[in-house]
Amino acid sequence: MADKIKVTIDGQSVEVEPGTTILNAARQIGGDIVPPAMCYYSKLKGSGGKCRTCLVKVAQGSEKDPRPMPKLVASCQTQVMDGMVVENTTSPEVLEARKGVVEMLLINHPLDCPVCDQAGECDLQNLSFEHGASNSRYEFERRTFDKVDIGDKIQLHMNRCILCYRCVYTADQITEGRVHGVLNRGDQSEISTYISAAIDNDFSGNVIDVCPVGALTDKTFRFKNRVWFTKPVDAHRDCDHEKCSGNVVLWYKGEDVLRVTARKDQYGEVESFICNTCRFEKKATADWTIEGPRKIEETSVISSNHYEMAHPLPVIEKNEVLIEANKKMFHKKIK
Amino acid sequence: MSRKILLEHIDVPGINTFDTYRKMGGYRSVEKALKTMSPDDVVEEVKKSGMRGRGGAGFPTGMKWSFLAKPVGVPRYLVCNADESEPGTFKDRYLMEKIPHGLIEGMITSSYALGANTSYIYIRGEYFYILRILEKAIAEAYANGFLGKNILGSGYDLDLYVHPGAGAYICGEETALLESLEGKRGNPRVKPPFPAIAGLYACPTVVNNVETIAAIAPIVNMGGDEYAKIGIGRSTGTKLISASGHINNPGIYEIELGLPVEEFIYSDKYCGGIKNGKKLKAVVAGGSSVPILPANLILKTANNEERLMSYESLSDGGFVSGTMLGSGGFVVYDEDSCIVRNTWNFARFYHHESCGQCSPCREGTGWMEKVLHRIEYGHGKLSDIDLLVEVSKKIEGNTICPLGDAAAWPVASAIRHFREEFEWHIKEATLSQTRNFGLLAAHEALVK
Repeated sequence: MADKIKVTIDGQSVEVEPGTTILNAARQIGGDIVPPAMCYYSKLKGSGGKCRTCLVKVAQGSEKDPRPMPKLVASCQTQVMDGMVVENTTSPEVLEARKGVVEMLLINHPLDCPVCDQAGECDLQNLSFEHGASNSRYEFERRTFDKVDIGDKIQLHMNRCILCYRCVYTADQITEGRVHGVLNRGDQSEISTYISAAIDNDFSGNVIDVCPVGALTDKTFRFKNRVWFTKPVDAHRDCDHEKCSGNVVLWYKGEDVLRVTARKDQYGEVESFICNTCRFEKKATADWTIEGPRKIEETSVISSNHYEMAHPLPVIEKNEVLIEANKKMFHKKIK
Repeated sequence: MSRKILLEHIDVPGINTFDTYRKMGGYRSVEKALKTMSPDDVVEEVKKSGMRGRGGAGFPTGMKWSFLAKPVGVPRYLVCNADESEPGTFKDRYLMEKIPHGLIEGMITSSYALGANTSYIYIRGEYFYILRILEKAIAEAYANGFLGKNILGSGYDLDLYVHPGAGAYICGEETALLESLEGKRGNPRVKPPFPAIAGLYACPTVVNNVETIAAIAPIVNMGGDEYAKIGIGRSTGTKLISASGHINNPGIYEIELGLPVEEFIYSDKYCGGIKNGKKLKAVVAGGSSVPILPANLILKTANNEERLMSYESLSDGGFVSGTMLGSGGFVVYDEDSCIVRNTWNFARFYHHESCGQCSPCREGTGWMEKVLHRIEYGHGKLSDIDLLVEVSKKIEGNTICPLGDAAAWPVASAIRHFREEFEWHIKEATLSQTRNFGLLAAHEALVK
């Protein structure tokens, strides 16, 4: 194993494997310094680089070559070098650029959160809450599309799509054969199945989970309830599909399971992909072995009526300084 | 200052055929390189020549070649970027149409230098008729033993293919070009890795412009040192300039770098002055992506030195008072042109051509176009001007590929240099629909 290399992000240092990206190095530190990511998905090869929300400033390229990088770089794509110094939240330039990106993303994204099923667990909602302006300067007509049913379980609401390409990579890498993709160019681009083909295979439901916004929604759950009124519970079953882990979250309202999703970590990424049988067809408690309440990030709106909080922020084991810093941060947050 | 290298034999009848081209000294560089030089010698000559890439970015070609990774057992590729779509640039079309063998000769010599056994010419979809010309020329080269197996008995093999694009500007960006060539959607790749490490089919690849590759043959023939004597400073050699706009003689001119801009515009040998005896208002010196400059700044730099047609002189003053040589698309505007309309036209182009992959460019180009459209048609607000500047700043530098920059620069520079005209357009909304702004009082005294 090659020697670990040291990188400093917003004043906090961490030692990581060579080849790690800045974003993943920041995730090892955890906390507020992790750049937001709308398109990068650690489980999908080749994803990232597109949304530009994870832009950071590299103030020092490396120990050997301390020159700063001339432009802001996408942290999900840039590999760390030994002695690299990165500025994320400490750089006004980065915050300004991120604000710009959020404004651009919201140009063609309708703020229909009150009627959107994704509200409460939407990456873009969180992002614009943290970095966006209160009103848009865009005064023109927005692009609009009709809703499309792709298959009997998934609905595509193209108006809300931010073209992160995650569902394209998912279909490429998780399912057998991709039948949808990006058509057209520029702000006329759309996710589509070309000649209205249905997406029909055992893993297609995962595109719902990877979608950072409410563009791809679960038709079995649509308009049933707001996510923050439901209680998430970890559960598993012995799924006979070889690629399915069977580890899911059941979203309860009273006695009923309203929907089944894969388990998502604190960055909104699923821990393991699940098959359509688990997702769409097993909606009775009797189908599942219950593990216990799902731990939800304390900042999430879903935790507002909740009983269990997430773990303290991830810490690097054996790093006293970081453990201490994260403890403080955690206590500050739960107050 | 009128030395011709690329276009030396342009007037010879039948120069597009192999026999005539050969008679005029064509394919000498292939013979010289394959018989007397090692591949590294050729790279060395190109390095010595100091030639900078003619596609727009102006990166030294020899340097680019020396970055090419050479892992054992992995093929290397040379790809010629003939996807010439920059508004205002039409030099490659002329070169390929008139002297197709010039490009093919350059391709053979360059491929030999880089150790590529398969090379591609990626040509713009709209140039389909040129594809036919090139394919005919390639067939002639095969027939005469300059392509195929064991070229000239040297043991070197090369296959050359022409591949048409489907008419997307973005495919002129080298990584989008490679994606397109691989048969995928033409989205630029995130760099690194650069094509020199992992390009076409994830193999080391060099992508060069048509004019760059065509200039390799004369460099090998005359030697790098000799070529470096042409031109001025670090801008060596000759450059094809596509002159268009309100000038008396639009067309392609081969100039020695270092020619004064004033001479280029007003000399009868070149553009021949402004049409109908009007006055010069502005110039876009290197294709639509580069910042537009008003007459006073294109003729003289901010330090009151003479502005020359060279990489350094044109970019003197940075983006505050300078521009770039770019791809050599020289567009001249007379006093009656409307800068607002022109800027809107450029913004419309970039909006149409944005690939839609990364958010600032996808959404920002459309936004700029709509605001400019509003100003042009008399519905603008004074706050729109600052809005445009801000949007362009949000795009610039924050995108995957340079298209974002290319969309932002023309808007930002037009506002920087012609702010009064934008303000007039908004304040005099009705009047601006019937007549043009004309020249700024500050510029009137300075220009002919």
